[in-house]
Formats: sequence, structure tokens, C-alpha cells
Amino acid sequence: MEKVFINSIGSISAQKTFDNNDFLEEITTYEDNVISAIEPNYKDFIPPAAARRMAKGIKMGVVAAKIAIEEANLTNVDAIITGTGMGCVRDSEKFVTAILDNQEQFLTPTSFIQSTHNTVAGQIALGIGCKGYNFTYVHSSVSFESALLDALMQLQTKEAENILIGGVDESGEHTNAIHKLIHHIKPEKINSNKLLQSNTEGAVFGEGANFFVLSNNKQNSSYAQILGVKTFNTLPQSELATNLEEFLKNNNLSVDDIDVLISGNNGDLNFDNYYLELSKGLFKNTQQVYYKHLSGEFNTASSFGFWVGAKILKSQHIPSEITLNTIKSKGFGTVLLYNQYRGKNHSFTLLRQC
Amino acid sequence: MSDLKQELKEKIITQLNLEDIAIDEIADNDSLFGDGLGLDSIDALELIVMLDKDYGIKLTDPKEGKKIFESIEVMSNYITTHRTK
Repeated sequence: MEKVFINSIGSISAQKTFDNNDFLEEITTYEDNVISAIEPNYKDFIPPAAARRMAKGIKMGVVAAKIAIEEANLTNVDAIITGTGMGCVRDSEKFVTAILDNQEQFLTPTSFIQSTHNTVAGQIALGIGCKGYNFTYVHSSVSFESALLDALMQLQTKEAENILIGGVDESGEHTNAIHKLIHHIKPEKINSNKLLQSNTEGAVFGEGANFFVLSNNKQNSSYAQILGVKTFNTLPQSELATNLEEFLKNNNLSVDDIDVLISGNNGDLNFDNYYLELSKGLFKNTQQVYYKHLSGEFNTASSFGFWVGAKILKSQHIPSEITLNTIKSKGFGTVLLYNQYRGKNHSFTLLRQC
Repeated sequence: MSDLKQELKEKIITQLNLEDIAIDEIADNDSLFGDGLGLDSIDALELIVMLDKDYGIKLTDPKEGKKIFESIEVMSNYITTHRTK
């Protein structure tokens, strides 16, 4: 099978990540239970006529994709595969609210047209003129990993040469209000630096778009090699360690081969036990990193973790703001990412320095 | 400028998300579609809904829209004559 490389990245998140020359050099600290993405000047990337109908999620996705495609030194790709948990939720909220407010009369087309989950992948394709495979996975917190797995298989079997993948989710006011009601969002405002010490239920919600060009061809811009990805819809905590060891074994690795564990802890009292199972168990002697205090939790937040992994492997540096323990690896050769949301939709992803 | 023309310009800018255009940049006789403001068929649908919702005017023949939405001047005259609210 062909090797697969991350040749470029593009990120818009609650941190200033849209400049690929930086790696979390300037950290924005929040004191809230919902945090927003820091946006670039969209006019630098999208013509005003095209941008005027785009909600935030579409703009974030289109711009992150443009940054990634440009860094890969490409003008087009063979396929575009995105993952999103909620799709274009702002436009969905807009047209559903209009239906209710106007007694199902006077419905306008724009928000309906732009509200589909595949709008971001569609707009990227329209922007670069890509007539290739265009697909969007909607699968809660493994939406991004589903897109990654699809691209990985196509590249390993040489069905494509360059594939753009991405995870994108925007924050919607009404959706967040519902998540607050059911305590999926923390009731209290939390300082980003104290997220894991909050000891309360729920997460701090966020939003963002993280895109990557994956390719068979390693080049100067390459960040890392992707070794494997595995997803689970359900995985009891008691079976987590054995399944992870099995995953590593299938990739000819063991726990001792992992230099850094990138963990998706979100500070939820009820579900961080999964992460603790690994950090205090199999990986107690491994350097650990976390990131959701910087990005917030959303269905494709793990794509930000993937961005962090790629950056660590290329720069061979871990910013102090994301360290989870005091152990220091001698070098960063192999990185493992583990993520789950509310005890479901788990993913393991393996990256290697290239 | 009449109140209605001013109102129409404000609504067009807001509802069609024309963020970069100021009210005084739209002349009463500027074409709304094509070389003028550059509106398109989706905008036409938005304007048809706006006429119905805000002025009680139902356009049964979409071809009518082409004439009515020619400019702010033409729209304003049509609304003044046909409005039911």
C-alpha cells in the first residue's frame, strides 16, 4: 500500500491559527462556556459577491481549504472530503425559525440552500473548479475521522493522488441554548487554563475548520505520515486499553513506541474518565498533550487535535500551553491521538514524523 | 429621496447581505440586476418574498419580476400602486 502524507494544513479556530508560520505562539485565554473562532479577513480570500451568502462555517471552511491548497502548492485536488457534525447549523436555525415565525409563509431560499451539510465541500469545489469525488461525512465526533479514513483508503490504493480533507463546525445560537439546557455545555463560565480542573458536567463549546491536503507524494511542505485511523461507535471504558493495544499492534507498534499522546479531554466530569484510563494507565510514562481548552468542544474538534499533531511532528516542538504532564520525550517521532465525545464515537489516529 | 425608496434600499442591502454597499451608492435608476447591483435569480426570489411579506403584493407570474425589479424607482412606483399593507 502507498504511504500517505499530510502535505499541508489550514486552520481557523478559537486561537489565531490561520497563519501556518505560527504554532500557538500567541494564546487567547477565554473565560466562558462557549468560545468563538478567531476569523481572518475573509475578503483577502473570498470575493465579496461569493461571500455574501456564506455563513460563518462556510467561510471558515472555504478559507481553511484555500490556505491548505496553497501551502501544498496546488490549484486543484482529486477529491474533497469533509466531516461535520452539525453542518451549516446557523442557516438551518435561520430557516427553521423563519418557518415558525411566519406560520410557514414567506420562506426565502438562501438560508435553505446554504444549510445542507455538504455546502462547505460544495463551495470549495465550486471555488477551485474541482469536479472530482465530493463527499461529506456526518457522524458526530468521528465525522472528521470518517473523512480521513475515506481519503486514506483512496490514497493507499492509488485511486487518487491529492485529496483535500477537513473538519468544520460552526456554533449556532439556538443549538447552543439547547445544549445548555441539557447540560452538555457547562453551566458556568470557565477559564481556559482551568478547564480540566472544573469538576463539573458538560464541556466548553467551540467551533472551527481544519483542512489538510493528503497525498502519496512527500514534498518539502509535508508535516507527517499517517499510519492509521480507527473509529468505534461504542467502546466501553473497560475495553479501551485492549482495543488500543490491538490497534497499535496492527500498525506494528506498541505503547513504548508512542512519543506523544494527544488527548481530547474536554473537562466533562462524566466522560473524561475515558482519557484518564489511558493517561493514568497505558500511557502514564508517555508525554501527553491536550487541546480542547484552546479550541472548545465541537463534533470535529479532533481535526484541531490532528492539526496539533501535524504541527508537533513538523516543528519538533510542543508549546507549554498544551502540555498535560511533566514527562518529556527525547524526540517526537510517533504521535497517537485519542478522542471521544460523551463516551461514544471514539477514534485512534496514528501519525509519524516524515 | 422618498421614504419608500430609502426603505427599499435598506431592505435590499440587509436582506441580500450586500455588506459592502452603502445606501447612497444605489441610485434610484440603477439596474438592480446585471451590470448594476449584480443581483441574481436567488435574489429575485428573495425580493418576491419581500414584496409579499412586507407589502402584501403576490406576484403570480415570475416574468413580472423582471420589469418590477428593474430599479428602485420602478419598484417603488409598483409598490405604491399595488400595496395592500
